[in-house]
Amino acid sequence: MPDMLAPDNVGLVTVQTEKFTTPLALDCGRTLPSYELVYETYGELNKHASNAVLICHALSGDHHAAGYYSMQDKKPGWWDSCIGPGKPIDTNRFFVVSLNNLGGCKGSTGPNTINPETSKPYGPEFPILTVRDWVKTQARLADVLGISQWAAVIGGSLGGMQALQWAIDYPKHLRHCIVIAAAPKLTAQNIAFNEVARQAILNDPDFHEGHYYQYDAVPRQGLMLARMLGHITYLSDDAMRNKFGRELREGKLNFGFDVEFQVESYLRYQGRSFVDRFDANTYLLMTKTLDYFDPASEHNNNLSAALAKVLAKFLVISFTSDWRFSPARSREIVKALLDNKKQVSYAQITADQGHDAFLMPIPHYMRVFKTYMQRVAEE
Amino acid sequence: MELRTDLALMSEWITEDSHVLDLGCGDGTLLTHLGECRNITGYGLEIDDDNLELCIEKGVNVIDTDLNQGLSDFNDDSFDYVVMTQALQTIHRPDLLLMEMLRVGKQGIVTFPNFGHWKVRMSLFLGGLMPKTRALPEDWYISENIRLCTLHDFEKLCNTLDIEVLQRAVVDTKHHSSWLMRFMPNLLGEIAVYRFRSKPVKIISK
Repeated sequence: MPDMLAPDNVGLVTVQTEKFTTPLALDCGRTLPSYELVYETYGELNKHASNAVLICHALSGDHHAAGYYSMQDKKPGWWDSCIGPGKPIDTNRFFVVSLNNLGGCKGSTGPNTINPETSKPYGPEFPILTVRDWVKTQARLADVLGISQWAAVIGGSLGGMQALQWAIDYPKHLRHCIVIAAAPKLTAQNIAFNEVARQAILNDPDFHEGHYYQYDAVPRQGLMLARMLGHITYLSDDAMRNKFGRELREGKLNFGFDVEFQVESYLRYQGRSFVDRFDANTYLLMTKTLDYFDPASEHNNNLSAALAKVLAKFLVISFTSDWRFSPARSREIVKALLDNKKQVSYAQITADQGHDAFLMPIPHYMRVFKTYMQRVAEE
Repeated sequence: MELRTDLALMSEWITEDSHVLDLGCGDGTLLTHLGECRNITGYGLEIDDDNLELCIEKGVNVIDTDLNQGLSDFNDDSFDYVVMTQALQTIHRPDLLLMEMLRVGKQGIVTFPNFGHWKVRMSLFLGGLMPKTRALPEDWYISENIRLCTLHDFEKLCNTLDIEVLQRAVVDTKHHSSWLMRFMPNLLGEIAVYRFRSKPVKIISK
């Protein structure tokens, strides 16, 4: 809980909702007749609507990227380290838009919202979405907000994939594309992790084939396991060693299967708290969206061809200890841009926090990000 | 802003509207200058964190890269010029990098401190110590300059690698040049500047 808001904090924020009634044709072949998106904005849109920045969230993210809802909140938004007055995404200069993606579980239409056709939650009937579907809905939100061109579209991890998709699908509608700790597609290893996470959820007896809402149940064990697994892959070996080592909670071995090592306690805590704030069907859906992302697949697996028509200037950032989306994966994006003689800068940040580093205020990362955004603002 | 003479020389050698790759681009001064006066496009490769930030500040496209890893991200013949200022002597295998430069670029331009300069020779000859000069100010054990060479060494390597030298200039550390320096470059030049390309393939006629 903040006693007082820091001067570089966006302060108290409110959630806005937009209802879309134009049917949305999805990549899976189905059509959503209507849907709602919730979003937050920080900063002021200028007269020419030229200072808007779109934030795309990652797997477990949402629209609450910065600030607090009330002075009683324990934590600010998930990317508060980067969004605020004087921060890399400077709200004194930019109008920042952050939404909860379609299929999410924080207010936008998704598996846990009511399907108007059945008056029941969508549950497993909610269509599986692609990154391109998401970007399409984000473009519609931009229309509503009167933003014909983003100064920048920014995202980390799965958010970075959305930023990349923006540059491909709507080349004229963004000036800068900032892709952080992302990849042009998942590797087999990455899909494998997602599959284990999905199996944990699908095989939970409380899952009820996705209709758990009707049974007043939650597949807690499955979702918790999925999150625990995910969390391991977001940290690095070094980060875990530094944070926990082999430290024992009670200082001695108990020769049992209860929590003994600190790392076990931490993972269980992370898993449990995730269950309280996330929906299992959304988790399944988002991991599928991740698995499907592969813009090169429509160009004979040639990423350079997929990026041939982009117009945005790029900043690509990776982190040395990120093994989920390693620097080599970011370099694939950079190489495809170089092949096309596109404008791109690339920074590989030395950090031991693994994939999670993109959320941390690492000094060199913050300076690179801030310097780049200053140029975006001054253009 | 007054440009260092070696950089000014290089910008004269580079034609308008070309696509340039700058290996070890530092704070992006050369690329900024070439963009303004020659309307070039291109990228800088740099590994130092501070320099990377300075490049971004200038709006130079900079790619965080260790030059010792080669230029595998770049396709053959994708640049008109590949330039490298004061970095050749810091590379583990300069011969391989020179070949890489001419794989991805039509021409190469390098600058490096001349180890044949008379002060270097005197220091070694009279003092018996590794030279410390204006161009090579650091102690041998912390110096990043691990592959020092003279003008003659460089030209000999070019010959071995079938590289044709197109232009050569020498300057002092203040980046001035003089007729005397041009007369005895290997003895009096502190910094060497070379422009080169692969030797045209000879067609053997029967």
